[in-house]
Amino acid sequence: MDFPPLAWQGLVVLVVFGVSLLIATYSTYAERVIAAFLQDRVGPDRAGPFGLLQPLADAVKLFTKEEFFPAGANRALFVFGPCLAMVTALMSSAVIPFGNVLQFGETAIHLQGIEINVGMLYVFGMVSLGVYGIMIGGWASNNKFSLLGAIRAASQNISYEIAMGLALIAVLMMSGTLSLREITFQQVSDAPFVWQDIFNWNVMKQPLGFIIFIVCAFAETNRTPFDLPECETELIGGYHTEYSSMKMGLYLFAEYINVFVASAVMSVLYFGGFNFPFQAELRNWLVSSQGLELVTAQNIITILGLVGLFAKIFSFIFFFMWVRWTLPRFRYDQLMRLGWTILIPLAIFNIMLTGGLITFGVIK
Amino acid sequence: MSPLFLFLSFVALLSALGVVLAKNPVHSVLFLILTFFTLSGHYLLLNAQFLAAVNIIVYAGAIMVLFLFVIMFLNLNEETEPHKPALAKFAAAIAGGSLLLILVAAMRNVNPVGYDPTSFDSQIGMVDRLGLVLFQQYALPFELASILLLAAMVGSVMLGKRETGERNF
Repeated sequence: MDFPPLAWQGLVVLVVFGVSLLIATYSTYAERVIAAFLQDRVGPDRAGPFGLLQPLADAVKLFTKEEFFPAGANRALFVFGPCLAMVTALMSSAVIPFGNVLQFGETAIHLQGIEINVGMLYVFGMVSLGVYGIMIGGWASNNKFSLLGAIRAASQNISYEIAMGLALIAVLMMSGTLSLREITFQQVSDAPFVWQDIFNWNVMKQPLGFIIFIVCAFAETNRTPFDLPECETELIGGYHTEYSSMKMGLYLFAEYINVFVASAVMSVLYFGGFNFPFQAELRNWLVSSQGLELVTAQNIITILGLVGLFAKIFSFIFFFMWVRWTLPRFRYDQLMRLGWTILIPLAIFNIMLTGGLITFGVIK
Repeated sequence: MSPLFLFLSFVALLSALGVVLAKNPVHSVLFLILTFFTLSGHYLLLNAQFLAAVNIIVYAGAIMVLFLFVIMFLNLNEETEPHKPALAKFAAAIAGGSLLLILVAAMRNVNPVGYDPTSFDSQIGMVDRLGLVLFQQYALPFELASILLLAAMVGSVMLGKRETGERNF
């Protein structure tokens, strides 16, 4: 069958979409398993082998629950809120380079939804829009606790976006590009030492920036210890207090997709993306010892890189969950103090440090 | 004119009208956000990716969040809405009408010029090109604008600072 090149790209977009949903689905399962492990419980084990069908059972439960609209709620915006949260969460995974190019004869498939010049800004824009879903839903519920949760979400996201952006600037100063694909390619090493690939990852050059970025990622995705917008001890359920059924499910889903995208962005920006150690050696070995063609060897490397990137993403998702079940929630004033008086000055210091090191030629 | 341009302009005008005509201020803000989105679409059609992304981040992502934030806190609705005196309405209508008149009068004789395909640079809106222009050709205005922003930031921090002895909340 003859496929036009754009059809392949459309297929990639669909696959990215499906994979995001699948990962979000199984994040709910993973969250429970990890929580159970950390709290020395059994966890979900009823639905299917090892409880693997638990997300399916949850979906059935959410779909069959009563669709509830609180009195005095703004109905249109009440429905629009969770939809918007979901849409913005899904849109941000479009520019992430999940892998290099797969070459089949004439057709080259880029394992990336779309490649744009300003990919990092695109992700950043989508993240900054994500708060609207929460704000609109919280306001439309006509409930004081929901509104408080929405307001908290807005101020938290804006505050941590600044530190996140400043941490990013340090990376961009080194890379000189906003394209996530270019940033990935720059993290390949051609050094003679085989294990030096890892030292070319941005996390080695930007350790402080990475720490700031990951803390902000926790705040931007509303994950514990920064899940103040849905802090149940103070706000019942925060912005989704009044939500039931699948609208509630969409909010929870959007959070897991955000966690997935944040993990992917951190893997690409700081942990080499789809690069993995020994890839050049492996390709050379495949060509010279196994007698494969260069194109085939490159395809194998691309697939291994895809697997490697997903391994990095999954370890970040695990980290997100590990922290959630380990650390207690911050108080709201502590959250704001951390964001404004510690992270932002640290990020500015990081920019100055990076600028100095680039000027004196210590790092590229 | 491409159909995409026409569609974007249609949505932009419609949502801009929605900003003015919506009774509920929260709906107004949401319409304004939609307007910014269509403007970003126009920037993309003009091949200005950076401007489009920054427009989304700064206007739709940050400034409008603050707008929404304030409006949600004020809890404006039709019962509490103060009714402006007739004089103010009249003055507003005159001011807006004359602005419209001036804009129409100025635009009436504008002769739209196309681009010259031989000298057109399709990369002009890309971020690296923009950076070079900003830091080489317009370095002084750029730095002055940054000082202005810094002054505004320091001022707002000073205003928000708690005086000694003041209550926490």
